[in-house]
Amino acid sequence: MQYAMELLAFSPPGWGGNLLRGLFNTLLIALGAYFLGLTLGFCGALGKIYGGPVLRWVLEIYTTLIRAIPELVLILFLYYAGTDLLNIALEAMGFARMDISGLWAGIYVLGFVQGAYSTEVLRGAFLAVPTGQIEAAKAIGMSSIQRHTRVIIPVMIPFALPGLANLWLIATKDTALLAVVGFSELALVTKQAAGSTKSYFLLYMAAAVLYLLLSLVSTLIFTLIERHYRRGQPVQG
Amino acid sequence: MLKNLLKLLGCSAAVLVMGAQLANAEIKIGFAAESYPPFTDKGADGNWQGWEVEIKDALCAAMEEKCEVVDVAWDGIIPALTGKKIDAIIASMSITEERKQTIAFSDKYYNTPAVIVAPKDSKVSGDPESVKGLTIGTQVSTIHANYVEKHFKDATSKTYAAMDDHNQDLAAGRIDAAVGDSLAMEPFLASDAGACCEIKGELKDDEVFGPGVGVGLRKEDTELQAKFNAAIKKIREDGTFDAISKKYFKFDIYGG
Amino acid sequence: MDQFWLVQYFQENWYWVPEYLPKFAEGLWITLKLLVISIVIGMTIAIPVGLVQVTGPKPLAWLARIFCTVIRGTPLLIQLWLIYYGVGSLFPSIPGLRQSFLWPVLREAFPYAVLAFSLSVAGYEGEVLRGAFRGVPKGELEAARAIGMSPFQVLRRVWLPRALQNVFPTLTGEFILTLKATPLAATISIYDVYGVGGIVRQETYKIYEPLLFVALIYLILAGILVVFFRYLENRMPRRT
Repeated sequence: MQYAMELLAFSPPGWGGNLLRGLFNTLLIALGAYFLGLTLGFCGALGKIYGGPVLRWVLEIYTTLIRAIPELVLILFLYYAGTDLLNIALEAMGFARMDISGLWAGIYVLGFVQGAYSTEVLRGAFLAVPTGQIEAAKAIGMSSIQRHTRVIIPVMIPFALPGLANLWLIATKDTALLAVVGFSELALVTKQAAGSTKSYFLLYMAAAVLYLLLSLVSTLIFTLIERHYRRGQPVQG
Repeated sequence: MLKNLLKLLGCSAAVLVMGAQLANAEIKIGFAAESYPPFTDKGADGNWQGWEVEIKDALCAAMEEKCEVVDVAWDGIIPALTGKKIDAIIASMSITEERKQTIAFSDKYYNTPAVIVAPKDSKVSGDPESVKGLTIGTQVSTIHANYVEKHFKDATSKTYAAMDDHNQDLAAGRIDAAVGDSLAMEPFLASDAGACCEIKGELKDDEVFGPGVGVGLRKEDTELQAKFNAAIKKIREDGTFDAISKKYFKFDIYGG
Repeated sequence: MDQFWLVQYFQENWYWVPEYLPKFAEGLWITLKLLVISIVIGMTIAIPVGLVQVTGPKPLAWLARIFCTVIRGTPLLIQLWLIYYGVGSLFPSIPGLRQSFLWPVLREAFPYAVLAFSLSVAGYEGEVLRGAFRGVPKGELEAARAIGMSPFQVLRRVWLPRALQNVFPTLTGEFILTLKATPLAATISIYDVYGVGGIVRQETYKIYEPLLFVALIYLILAGILVVFFRYLENRMPRRT
């Protein structure tokens, strides 16, 4: 027990500090990927609902591919292809090469994957807004932008929240896959720590506890958010 | 229609602006993300330490360049080099003809033999007969894995992402033997888990093992290659190499 | 002229396909084995886990709840590494383990992957089935009891089938997710489709083509599964 406490201490030679640093990186990547995914999802949902047939077709391929191909394959592919394509495009347009390394590469890769899932979640939520409310907004003369910001989006949020909460949990857990590519998030740091100290069982348990804490706190926060947004709405079930 | 297209473009631009940095002039050195003590080892403070880390610092100082370390998974390190994510590989990568078809190397900076390791009471040795029907573990995409494929045809070869993984499995008894670099095996054998096992024999095959370990570079970066070669020569001549090696090893690992 | 360029591209970048096709076939077999066995074992555990949370007794329901929360709150990769490397590191301290009858199973990496994936399926599906069991109208269960069925018969003939029918689409979605999780087995040296793709990448140094090939295989697999489950769905009786 004493040994376990020593090993997990926050400062060297304890590995606790390192694990927490990894957790911090995990959080950063997850947050970045989540919000990038939401942005992409928002654009994608709008595109799927209001766009022309070509746009809709392209988005359909995007979401289907991402949801059918394993994340590990996608992550590897995007890690090499993502920056490559970007730089080819930039060089063709005459700009200098961009350097996307470290955490940002992880954020881009995971965010791209998250985008496909959030497109579907947000699209479902958009379509769940009662048409009566939209027609009423049109009837009293709101412009398209006013309609969206004052009626559709606020009403859509409670419908989207369960799916979005799930997406956040998926984002935090998918960061572990980045360990396979070499990013220093919690899973890789744990593997290195376990290899260095040979205390595999203890360190992987510690990592599991950290992830569990992250997901429990996240679930709590989302429950609070959902309660806030559902105020004033008829009780469900 | 146009409005939606504009919205889409606006979204993509916003997305791209986040986190873009223009390419800078530092040399990106690729380290294998998996620890390889005593050459590279992630310490409890999160920083790399080890013989190869200090050599990297010495080389960069000798070249008078700024170097940045990027961690890349070992099994993706050559594609990372050819894909320009890193500019050089300093990860105990051996110079082999096979690799030379895809990348270039600097001159060697060390050379140590490969050994086969097995439990103390096992009859395994460097002889292919002794490993018939057994399972041998090696790190993926290494000269050790190539050796097992070429010479130990009657044994089952199991490749792992990191040296530490197959050492773990050797200690747990899931594999019967492991082949790896003699110096890299030392920390494992000295640890509690490695007390089970010992070095059973040294393996020789110049064609598979090559002349030694060098810095991996892209074929077109001849200028960088010349810089690295000059730097290696310099630290060998002015004693930096020996000073660093003395801290870790009792003998000269540069090899004949 | 254009065709010549295309042919050259294929020759240069896809030459390895015929050579590695047998390996890919083996990998495919391992992927399918892993998927099917994990789903079967996982569902077998998921049914009691979901059920006990609806019926009680309270302590068991609590245990099931904790189980689902832990499984769903931690990444599958960590669970896999904990089971394979973590448990594996405890082996030397158990005397006589290597001579026991369990050793052939404990030696191989495949059983650990099956265990990790089965537990994962059990955790996620247990949660889904909890909602499903709760969602079956009480009236139907009471009617079954009223005509003299024993509790076990009620479960087997009414509750379980109705629950499964209600959540079948969700379950099939989760099964596809399990397929997408199988590549993680490659991190413990199991040569499934993704693992074989990794071998090709090591030996040919090609960056994209092996990944594209592997992605294609998974796309086709997912497509087949979707069609298969849709067929099953149509065959199931649905409420009018």
